[in-house]
Amino acid sequence: MSDARRIAITRDADIVAARQVGRELAAQAGFKGSDLTLIATAISEVARNIVVYAKHGEISLALLDEGGRHGLAVVARDEGPGIADVEKAMRDGFSTGGSLGLGLPGARRLMDDFEIESRLGMGTTVTMRKWVTRR
Amino acid sequence: MSVPILKQADVLIASIQVAQTDEELLALRDRLTGQVGEVRARGVIIDVSALDVMDSFATRTLRSIAYSSRLRGAHTVVVGISPEVAFAMVQLGLELGAVSTALDLDDAIAQLDAHRKERAPT
Repeated sequence: MSDARRIAITRDADIVAARQVGRELAAQAGFKGSDLTLIATAISEVARNIVVYAKHGEISLALLDEGGRHGLAVVARDEGPGIADVEKAMRDGFSTGGSLGLGLPGARRLMDDFEIESRLGMGTTVTMRKWVTRR
Repeated sequence: MSVPILKQADVLIASIQVAQTDEELLALRDRLTGQVGEVRARGVIIDVSALDVMDSFATRTLRSIAYSSRLRGAHTVVVGISPEVAFAMVQLGLELGAVSTALDLDDAIAQLDAHRKERAPT
């Protein structure tokens, strides 16, 4: 099995596919139990943002190994309309799509690292990482 | 795959079998809200134990099922939220609002019975 996957996101069934592949890769990275669900949920949120706002895009998943530190990277990329006010979009309860407005800020809370880059008319890229914690 | 909805006395039981797409969840909402009226249900139980995640969309849809069923005279109980899913929902900041929850089906039926007694004149 390869250590990176790409999933095209064009319809809502792809959201389910992306989070399931993400869960598999996360297990491969060494995540267990509730971390698997946290990662799958975060992927679900960013994938839905693509379907709702950009119509199509892509999720890339990759295993991380930085000097023996293992983790998973999730990159959600689209060439949609972009986000006018990223700061606002990252606030709980803000939504232009009639949702709860917890997608992006929620996904940030589920993961360890979260970066978002968006340009109006160009698209949005969300990069998230989570690291396996040694117990 | 559409979610089977069983009827037991005046309770509708929807037990989700596999991960659901957004569209499938919306279809479940419409079927349940319709059936509440058709069979004059007083209770709705939704078993979510097979759901892989409860993200913001799933939560919003369950809330909307519960609220619209209540407007049609039925009380909704969600059962089977696993510890992992519960933890993720807390982190995400999701709340089920006024939706009742129970650990399992027996617990949900007991809750609906208690709810019915409360409402019935003695």
